[in-house]
Amino acid sequence: MGFADAFLDMAVIARYAPSILSGMGVTLALAVLIVLAGTAAGLALACLRATGSRRLSIPIVIFADVFRALPPLALILLAYFGLPNVGVSLSSFMVLFTVLALVLAAFAEEIFWAGIAATPKGQWEAARSTGLGFRSTLLWVVLPQAARMAVAPLTNRAIAITKMTALGTVIGVPDILNQATTAVSFSGDASPLTLAALAYVAIFLPLVIASRRLERRFQWRRL
Amino acid sequence: MPPILELIGLRKRFGALDALADVSLSVAPGELVFVLGPSGSGKSTMLRCCNLLERPDEGAVVLEGRDIAARGVDLDAARKRIGMVFQAFNLYPHLSALANVTLALRKALRLPRAEAEARGMAALDRVGLADKARNMPGQLSGGQQQRVAIARAMALEPAVMLFDEPTSALDPELVDEVLAVMRELRAAGMTMLVVSHEMRFARAAADRVVFMDRGAVVEQGPPERIFEAPRSERLRAFLSRRA
Ligand SMILES: Nc1ncnc2c1ncn2[C@@H]1O[C@H](COP(=O)(O)OP(=O)(O)OP(=O)(O)O)[C@@H](O)[C@H]1O
Ligand SMILES: [Mg+2]
Repeated sequence: MGFADAFLDMAVIARYAPSILSGMGVTLALAVLIVLAGTAAGLALACLRATGSRRLSIPIVIFADVFRALPPLALILLAYFGLPNVGVSLSSFMVLFTVLALVLAAFAEEIFWAGIAATPKGQWEAARSTGLGFRSTLLWVVLPQAARMAVAPLTNRAIAITKMTALGTVIGVPDILNQATTAVSFSGDASPLTLAALAYVAIFLPLVIASRRLERRFQWRRL
Repeated sequence: MPPILELIGLRKRFGALDALADVSLSVAPGELVFVLGPSGSGKSTMLRCCNLLERPDEGAVVLEGRDIAARGVDLDAARKRIGMVFQAFNLYPHLSALANVTLALRKALRLPRAEAEARGMAALDRVGLADKARNMPGQLSGGQQQRVAIARAMALEPAVMLFDEPTSALDPELVDEVLAVMRELRAAGMTMLVVSHEMRFARAAADRVVFMDRGAVVEQGPPERIFEAPRSERLRAFLSRRA
């Protein structure tokens, strides 16, 4: 059997294309939801930490460190098989979304926090000296500068974590990889995996390119 | 006339260091008070206590008759009455010159956009930079940036303006344009407390010169008296080092 038969059997590809396409929908939906929720939660946590209150910042730091340290697969399995024991049963989609959004939130919090901390003290002092309060200063002066510093590391991290939606396969989320492996076991042919790879490229390559553009734009505007 | 700003018995410690040891100073409306002294003498700390960027351990900061260092004072409201200009300009790098000036007008004074922009343009015009309103800070020279920073503080129409070494970060050829703007402000009746090493400016524009050393006001008086007939040994030593 040649390479083309193993990885590019057109009949097999045609048969399983619809299920891979539906997997693409699931992966795309997960990716969008994870990026939105994870970034928003990370930003909110970094803002809470910026208040300087230890009662807020200690639990935030612990959360960020734990969720950055644990392997996402371990978290996914733990949540999927562990939560029902404490009376919480989530669908596999919800488990995957929640875990990866939390992981992204942990990284995003650290990235935004680094940007906030790197904004010179003089920026705070200039704004406060004109009568702007803490919140206005954070919102209008510090966050725009912190966000600029965050763009590059955040897009890299967001891409890395949304790709981990493939881990959902182990708990039965019908994403691209799950559809492809199912198709492989039914057809006995690896071609669906080729299709899966194409599907991943179709979703993530535009993201990678967009992130490059975004980075360049922010660098240029800093001047 | 009652003072517009009065510092009474200010003390500030940093660890074991007495940055301010019982500083009292009063500034009359329309007066330009010039503060000089060696590095580390507490000039910046004193200035930063005036708008509570630094909270004094003891003492009162009486602005327009009210002690704003007391507990429970709305500092954001008080700070709208005190402008501050920094050595490092501290312009917001992501905002245009005009937006730097209008931010507090819009978000602190809560003026509508059109009114804030009109007032912002007027302030930029007064520092001679109306034509640079749309420029980003990174596109301006140091002297222009500091003039925008002055416009930003001035646009709030404060009762007092504080200047902390406003020309120290500038190339020598850019110093004069900033000092010229400060002179015009003074001519327009602004009350100013200026920390600087520009003795020429002090002689030409100050109503009173205050000499600080080791966290205390050592000597003060009109510029001619301070520069021509210093009384304390420490001021004499300071002036001879600078001559
Ligand atoms: N936040 C701080 N923490 C610790 N020490 C400080 C702090 N701010 C100022 N100091 C110290 O307090 C003293 C007075 O500092 P200050 O900045 O007021 O002096 P200055 O007269 O403005 O000096 P310069 O001419 O160098 O600006 C210095 O010894 C300085 O090191
Ligand atoms: Mg200083």
